[in-house]
Amino acid sequence: MEKTFKIVDEDGIHARPATALVNTANKFKSTESFAEANGKRVTLKSILGVLSLGLEKGSTLTLITQGEEEAEALKALEDVMVGEGLGEVNA
Amino acid sequence: MLNISGIAASAGIAIAKAFRLEHPDYTVTQQTVKNAEAEIAKLDDALAKSQVELERIKENTLKELGAQKAEIFESHLLILNDPELISPVKDMIVNDQVNADYALNETSKQFVSMFENMKSAYLQERAADMKDVTKRILGHLLGLNVQNPAEISEEVIVIAEDLTPSDTAQLNRKYVKGFTTNIGGRTSHSAIMARSLEIPAIVGTKNVLEQVQPGDLVIVDGLEGNVIVNPSEEVVAEYREKQAKYDEQRAEWRKLREEPTVTTDGVHVELAANIGTPNDVAGVLDNGGEGVGLYRTEFLYMGRDKLPSEDVQYNAYKTVLEKMEGKPVVVRTLDIGGDKELPYLELPKEMNPFLGFRAVRLCLDRTDIFRTQLRALLRASVHGDLRIMFPMIATLVEFRQAKALLEEERENLKNEGVAVAENIQLGIMVEIPSTAVLADQFAKEVDFFSIGTNDLIQYTMAADRMNERVSYLYQPYNPSILRLVDMVIKAAHKEGKWAGMCGEMAGDSVAIPLLLGLGLDEFSMSATSILPARSQISKLSRADMQELAAKALECATAEEVVALVEAIQV
Repeated sequence: MEKTFKIVDEDGIHARPATALVNTANKFKSTESFAEANGKRVTLKSILGVLSLGLEKGSTLTLITQGEEEAEALKALEDVMVGEGLGEVNA
Repeated sequence: MLNISGIAASAGIAIAKAFRLEHPDYTVTQQTVKNAEAEIAKLDDALAKSQVELERIKENTLKELGAQKAEIFESHLLILNDPELISPVKDMIVNDQVNADYALNETSKQFVSMFENMKSAYLQERAADMKDVTKRILGHLLGLNVQNPAEISEEVIVIAEDLTPSDTAQLNRKYVKGFTTNIGGRTSHSAIMARSLEIPAIVGTKNVLEQVQPGDLVIVDGLEGNVIVNPSEEVVAEYREKQAKYDEQRAEWRKLREEPTVTTDGVHVELAANIGTPNDVAGVLDNGGEGVGLYRTEFLYMGRDKLPSEDVQYNAYKTVLEKMEGKPVVVRTLDIGGDKELPYLELPKEMNPFLGFRAVRLCLDRTDIFRTQLRALLRASVHGDLRIMFPMIATLVEFRQAKALLEEERENLKNEGVAVAENIQLGIMVEIPSTAVLADQFAKEVDFFSIGTNDLIQYTMAADRMNERVSYLYQPYNPSILRLVDMVIKAAHKEGKWAGMCGEMAGDSVAIPLLLGLGLDEFSMSATSILPARSQISKLSRADMQELAAKALECATAEEVVALVEAIQV
């Protein structure tokens, strides 16, 4: 499953929300989560990976989940994205 | 006794024994290792120990400094467990048959350079976190005796080359009375931490670590920026007294942080701060500033090799306006030229730079530069209460020309569909005597005046303020200056406008009673002067000060004026 977001935070993705995303992804042990942007895909279980995407305001980010709890995981990640004021769902 | 000077990073005075916090040598060398499993076990052990340490630091920070400051260690913990870091290190140990510390160091370097090459300044700074975590793991891998600042258990002054984020987070306020470092500036990490911990600190001493031995008695004077090593008993006694006085005063001032500035007879005046960069805003708010009375935009233009773009400027102005949360922000347009040089403008040298081609004179000639700044300001205006003022205005025609350019850019932006605030106050600096004398005419056209006393005094007295031989002529209390200030304030009030002051004089304890009496509406000063000024004003009555000011205007010399003020302050 996947969902695409537009980054709305002025600072792009910085350490605090990146930490929240990784912590959330880590909660779903049986599900693999990825982040994809600018043609690069990284595991969401790596904060260095997420920061390496160098996301800025206006960037497009796709979150991908695969595994037993992929729906729950994607919902939880979306909550972090929106709740932290990081991004909005791309229509 | 030895006196070392540095940059005062955090105010206050501390006296205690020196504790040298030295970082060991983290140099790693490549070795061939046959037993990869043993090497991986060593790595896992070092990671586990680092984990325990970081958990403890995080808890400590949470308790001492709150959740926001603790977040950074949450990130450090994630880096420590990051599969993108740990898997490549383990792969390298196995595939290249190298030692764990070498593999870690090499892998970490790649991430450090990745961060350093990122576009965003924020992400570039994450290189420091990467290095910090790497050092922690390396310390365990190399079996280094890493000093742990958390284990300090007697009152000390910490002396170090520099302090990392994890060092400062571990400083226990109960025992660490102050610190001083070889490197750093007012905005370096260690300085910012010192201010939030409220412990005195001197940074950027260049060589304090080399000059102090463990156990030396050290005084950190965060008011003056001095470190005194092995002081005599008299000096210690003198500083103990200074310390007690400061601590007592500070406690009194802190109570006024959220208070308005009101005289005993109920008159409110505004105390604002002078700033140079968006980073200064935190200090303004922390000191209870009611606004920014002077944002010097020169810093945006200095220390670079070409003019700052409209977007770079827009971002800076917007940041300041947003951080001030609707409080007024007076931005002074570019005041460059003359003695403040911008090499890339290639301006010719002048005989009399202070009387030359500078500030608004330059801007009205180089309208390309001026228009870019005006556009950036207008675009930022929707993010708060922006006020714009032009520096070095000598004639009303100059003001009208500058205003016309502003209006043109406002129209241009509107036609481009860009939002601009409707009611941006437009004012001028009053720093040239011609403008002070003609203030009644200016007051009909401007929204406010801000008196720039440093220049007003030097132009009125015809005395170069950089020339020490005529420094006795720098006389803020000279009745001639007071009369000019009086004219400007009266002229503003007659037209229903406000008058402020953004020179050194506005925060001066002798000048404040006089300015209050003359009816000044806004006092803009360095942030650290705000609370003392508020404390002083809250003890004065405007009616009494009006009488005082009236007498001062009739004095013949500056000395007579000072005597008048001192008489009421006994």
